[in-house]
Amino acid sequence: MNEGAPLLVMDGVGKTFSNGVTALDDVNLTIGEGDFLSLLGPSGCGKSTALRLIAGLSVPTRGRLDWRKEMGDDCVGFVFQEPTLLPWASVFDNVWLPLRLRGVSRAKAAPAVHELLERVHLSGFENAVPRELSGGMKMRVSIARGLVTKPRVLLMDEPFAALDEITRFKLNNDLLELWQDERFTVVFVTHSVFESVFLSNRIVVMAARPGRVHEEIAIDAPYPRDEAFRTSPGYAALCRQASDVLVLAINSTHGAAA
Amino acid sequence: MTITESRAVALDPEEARRLRNARLERIGRWLLPLTIMVLAIWLWDRICVWNEIPQYILPRPGVVLQTLHKDAGLLFGSLLVTLRITFLSLALAVIGGVGLAVLFTQSKWVEMSFFPFAVVLQVTPIVAIFPLINIYVDNQTAKLLLCAWIVAFFPILSNTTLGLNSVDRNLRDLFRLNGATRWQELWHLRLPAAMPYFLGGLKIAGGLSLIGAVVAEFVAGASGQSSGLASRIIEAGYRLNAPRLFAALILISLTGIVIFLVLSLVSHLALRRWHESALKQEG
Repeated sequence: MNEGAPLLVMDGVGKTFSNGVTALDDVNLTIGEGDFLSLLGPSGCGKSTALRLIAGLSVPTRGRLDWRKEMGDDCVGFVFQEPTLLPWASVFDNVWLPLRLRGVSRAKAAPAVHELLERVHLSGFENAVPRELSGGMKMRVSIARGLVTKPRVLLMDEPFAALDEITRFKLNNDLLELWQDERFTVVFVTHSVFESVFLSNRIVVMAARPGRVHEEIAIDAPYPRDEAFRTSPGYAALCRQASDVLVLAINSTHGAAA
Repeated sequence: MTITESRAVALDPEEARRLRNARLERIGRWLLPLTIMVLAIWLWDRICVWNEIPQYILPRPGVVLQTLHKDAGLLFGSLLVTLRITFLSLALAVIGGVGLAVLFTQSKWVEMSFFPFAVVLQVTPIVAIFPLINIYVDNQTAKLLLCAWIVAFFPILSNTTLGLNSVDRNLRDLFRLNGATRWQELWHLRLPAAMPYFLGGLKIAGGLSLIGAVVAEFVAGASGQSSGLASRIIEAGYRLNAPRLFAALILISLTGIVIFLVLSLVSHLALRRWHESALKQEG
């Protein structure tokens, strides 16, 4: 595999909504194969808009998004801020859904679905419905659903923001493990410095009004990263560095109130 | 196991009171309405006796019961006629209501154009429309069906439309992202999401279709063309046969109660695994 080779190049990308708000302005960003890239920034900096543009759920007003040539239409998985599961459908059916929409039968999808449920530690919950699961488990189902089509890129929009810290740490660890085993590319939107430093090899810090890239930080700490990394001085130093950049980004906001 | 455990634990006075109240409430929920009902019937009977009210004005409950038994053949035959209209019109209301709602959600333009017509049809009293139907439609059954349908289809249409449109935005994005066709989105997302709304509408429509059927029979029955329960009531009214009138009335309201209970049960069974409204009933 072509580690680090550009997968997507965003060239001068901007988005202005019909109400005149410019959510994103002149974003130049290259996402490399196998990256774990976090978009970090205050609310209103356009990080979710950037994610929707990458997903193709929205089209840019200005600029271009160039995917690498051999990439099909089918190359992204999406994990939303909320678990966003079908409440009436079982865990199995929820994970099967993306394949089902592509015409894959239950029997044909079953091996892939079972394997993924095992990877997110939900074996045995195939027949449960979402309301019988905890918040963390629902998010695991959502991640499994995002990965079931074997996408090249997994887009995650603040997926763990609503979870308690213990659950969040556990899911961070499990996500990294999955990422290292499967080597997909992740674009991860978050407003947590600690989470982005723990997970990513690249952090793109964004500023608001209009949403734009402020600065990119490389996180060179080696993988695998585990609980020991979370308490190491190196991690603390990296968090401080990222935090400082984020403060600058927030202060650079034109007419910022605080 | 849990019972012995809860007995073993010493409860403080507050919790003990709470437990006692919960128990009393569980019993009272059934016992109270039943007691009041029995009392009311007894009082009805007493009032007839004390005031020596003649049977053709207010029959005693026992007489009504006897009439129900004596005229069973006639009354239940009429009940069947009314039930047939009720269920046929309810079925048509489901087909028409859901069909139109699906059509509406396929295009905003269609909804904007035709929804006002549905409202007009709904707000115009059916009794006022019926003379027109009487002129234009020859077939007696079709006449009654149309009438009951007009009354019953609107709650299904408006509820299902609301349900089909209140789908989680993110879920719609998910379907788009996975290249879902319009049909897939309808079948796998919108229809199941609309289910609780539809079932709520169905519960209302069930009662309305009975009302629609009875009203239609009333208007048609006035010209002696019908054999449903409503015409039995009119007939009994003309003949001052109050016991039979009451018996027919009781049959109609029992039918309404049964329809409501059955539809509530259907709704509960369909939603119990996932929808909040059904979960509360379990607790």
